[in-house]
Amino acid sequence: MARNGQLTGSFRVKSGMAQMLKGGVIMDVVNAEQAKIAEEAGSVAVMALERVPADIRAQGGVARMSDPEKILEIQEAVTIPVMAKARIGHFVEAQVLEALEVDYIDESEVLTPADEANHIDKWAFEVPFVCGATDLGEALRRIAEGAAMIRSKGEAGTGNVVEAVQHMRGITDGIRKLAALSKNGTEKEMLISEARELRAPYELVKHVAENGRLPVVLFTAGGIATPADAALMMQLGAEGVFVGSGIFKSEAPNRRAQAIVKATTYFNDPEVIAGASKGLGEAMSGQEMSQITTEERLATRGW
Amino acid sequence: MVGNGRKVTTRCSNSETTDSPKKIGVLALQGGFREHIDILNKLGVEPVEVRSVEGLEGLSGLVVPGGESTTIGNLMVESGLLDGIRSFFYRGGAVWGTCAGMVLAGSAVMGRKQPLLGLMNALVERNGFGRQVRSFEKELEIGGFDKPFLGVFIRAPFFEDVGPGVEVLSKVDGRIVAARGENILVTAFHPELTDDVRFHEYFLQEVCGL
Repeated sequence: MARNGQLTGSFRVKSGMAQMLKGGVIMDVVNAEQAKIAEEAGSVAVMALERVPADIRAQGGVARMSDPEKILEIQEAVTIPVMAKARIGHFVEAQVLEALEVDYIDESEVLTPADEANHIDKWAFEVPFVCGATDLGEALRRIAEGAAMIRSKGEAGTGNVVEAVQHMRGITDGIRKLAALSKNGTEKEMLISEARELRAPYELVKHVAENGRLPVVLFTAGGIATPADAALMMQLGAEGVFVGSGIFKSEAPNRRAQAIVKATTYFNDPEVIAGASKGLGEAMSGQEMSQITTEERLATRGW
Repeated sequence: MVGNGRKVTTRCSNSETTDSPKKIGVLALQGGFREHIDILNKLGVEPVEVRSVEGLEGLSGLVVPGGESTTIGNLMVESGLLDGIRSFFYRGGAVWGTCAGMVLAGSAVMGRKQPLLGLMNALVERNGFGRQVRSFEKELEIGGFDKPFLGVFIRAPFFEDVGPGVEVLSKVDGRIVAARGENILVTAFHPELTDDVRFHEYFLQEVCGL
């Protein structure tokens, strides 16, 4: 929207916001007290939720957008950006979150999808969106719908990093493959065929091939529970980290939060990661993937 | 350097030859540091990621990028860079703060206590233009620039008030969004998110004196 020579809601300010979050940790919080702990620990933003994914998983039922009162309470408590989740395809939840002036909306598979066929048209909003992806094609489809930031899905609420690793590798391998094609002076036809295979727009595929990276920031999420997990994901190519249940389901959230922030900044320095990992108490207990049936997996939501 | 071996330099007290590119540090604790590095690479200087006090050695200037000022501030305290950058600056080192870097350069933040470098006599209003939905782009008139510059403001701060020795370079709706002192430059907006390199050139030439 343009007013007084000021343009709001442009893709540049939407994706630029995510660029300023890079190298940082975004933490799930359910109340003002947790939000303050996250901010003091050095979190770059908080995700306001009613229940963390581990509880959603344990309690079942339909998981929806947070109560606006909760979001307002958290916005009051901190100066860092406040994000919130809307259900996949639930554009009215997104409208409500925009009206509340949250800083980013996560169209999230952690909540129960509202539409089995359509994701939200994210171009229709001034507020930016982050979306989950399990591979490059899915990432590019979300970007085509207007997502200004991508995160790996992982398997939220498990405390198990294995799925996040797989998704991050899926995305970065896809990028490398396209970049290699571009280096060989690939003809247009080949990129068109890649685009068909990825089920993604040609222009975005071309951009990735030429630049060797997504046109938006790539974070990781889903199962990160320790400083070493965070650093692992950064070394695999993530530009920042979402931590859901991993912090406030652990024994000492404050110390763990600080340690994960430090490990994310110094992800290439094992000595710093070792130091940060000491004396954190118990991590969240976590789940083996074999204990979770395909139907119970959140990452299969969205397409 | 191209050629066989080091060029012999005389009357040069420091170890750098006149041919080697000047090093410009970019604080790389968190935020949009890669974007600054990409632009500096095009301008014939050697950008260096700074994550520790040792990283400040031999720099001709330092960019403190956008990001979350509380996060960067915490990490600066922990790494000793808060004092390290202060002494770099007070020994005459040139510093440019963009967005969060501008917040950190200030001497106080309205209504809040957080670690700051305090390099400029200025009172900062964080998120002065509002939350993300109010983030905007606008063509700005900049003191000393002959053509407007596209300002990209993302949850941007402004200077509420500045003390002596601070020259205001640009305002939006009466709010200070770009300013400089002897060896410091601040912008509330993000030149590194545009293709326009004039602010980076301005920093290198007018502030770093290269």
